[in-house]
Amino acid sequence: MTFKVHVRVMPREGLLDPQGQAVEHALSALGFEEAGAVRIGRAIELDVTAGSRDEAEITARRMCEKLLANPVTEDYLLDVEED
Amino acid sequence: MPRVAVVRFPGSNCDFDALRAAESAGADAFFVWHREPDLRGADVVVLPGGFSYGDYLRSGAIARFSPVMQAVQAHAAAGGPVLGICNGFQILCEAHLLPGALMRNAGLSFVSKPVDVIVERADTAFTCDYEPGSRLRLPVAHGEGRFVAAPDTLRMLEAEGRVVLRYVAATERSPFQPNPNGSANHIAGICNAEGNVVGIMPHPERAADRLLGMTGGSGFFTSMVTSHQHSSNSGV
Repeated sequence: MTFKVHVRVMPREGLLDPQGQAVEHALSALGFEEAGAVRIGRAIELDVTAGSRDEAEITARRMCEKLLANPVTEDYLLDVEED
Repeated sequence: MPRVAVVRFPGSNCDFDALRAAESAGADAFFVWHREPDLRGADVVVLPGGFSYGDYLRSGAIARFSPVMQAVQAHAAAGGPVLGICNGFQILCEAHLLPGALMRNAGLSFVSKPVDVIVERADTAFTCDYEPGSRLRLPVAHGEGRFVAAPDTLRMLEAEGRVVLRYVAATERSPFQPNPNGSANHIAGICNAEGNVVGIMPHPERAADRLLGMTGGSGFFTSMVTSHQHSSNSGV
């Protein structure tokens, strides 16, 4: 079976995110005073072939730990759905 | 004469400078392509600066899995000297040969300018020709050079004296901003626990010839020759 995996990688809470700060300033300059705590990460989508949803999630987790996220600076969230 | 392997990845761009600086210091330097499975008898390995794999995903994240990196891991594990410069430092962190990570500069801009640094470790294969505490003026050129590590890791690096280079605070003698990227503890370079793996953000190869206007970096390359002589003489 093929599963669609959505990975969301975010800079770890508490680490300086200069990109997020710059975008927050830009939003404020555009008049969006309501915006705050902007943080920027990345989204990765991939297909994973696996026997079950759990198996697909375990494989995706291994991919995140080995390559897709940096364990020193980033956290990730996974969402696995049947294709 | 030490055999110095300068590893080239797709996107390396300081490879010729590093080769030239090593040759000028009296080393037998040669290129090793990242697809090669071995280091051809190298005594010393240099991972040069550049933008390996276009910095896709994260700087150094993909280069870390190049075939040559298994040989670099084995060389490092056997105590062989490894120097990562700029992108090479990023690759060493991604490969877990050095702790921590290098993130986007605090000021967001790509910083390309000379900085003043202090040599805090003068007993490595890359710094033994410097006096401990010497001040060097070296160029930096990076967008992602802000060293970060968990608080415990930072404490360990300081307690074990593993900061090799530190940005000098601004004084009358230094017209430059103290820390160009927001790096933790003003760290510009570190080493592993054994001291044989060193990663630095500044570019000594760009300050190793009078023609370049700065020569303060040549000690990194002459140190390779000096330390190799010492280890050959002691039969290690």
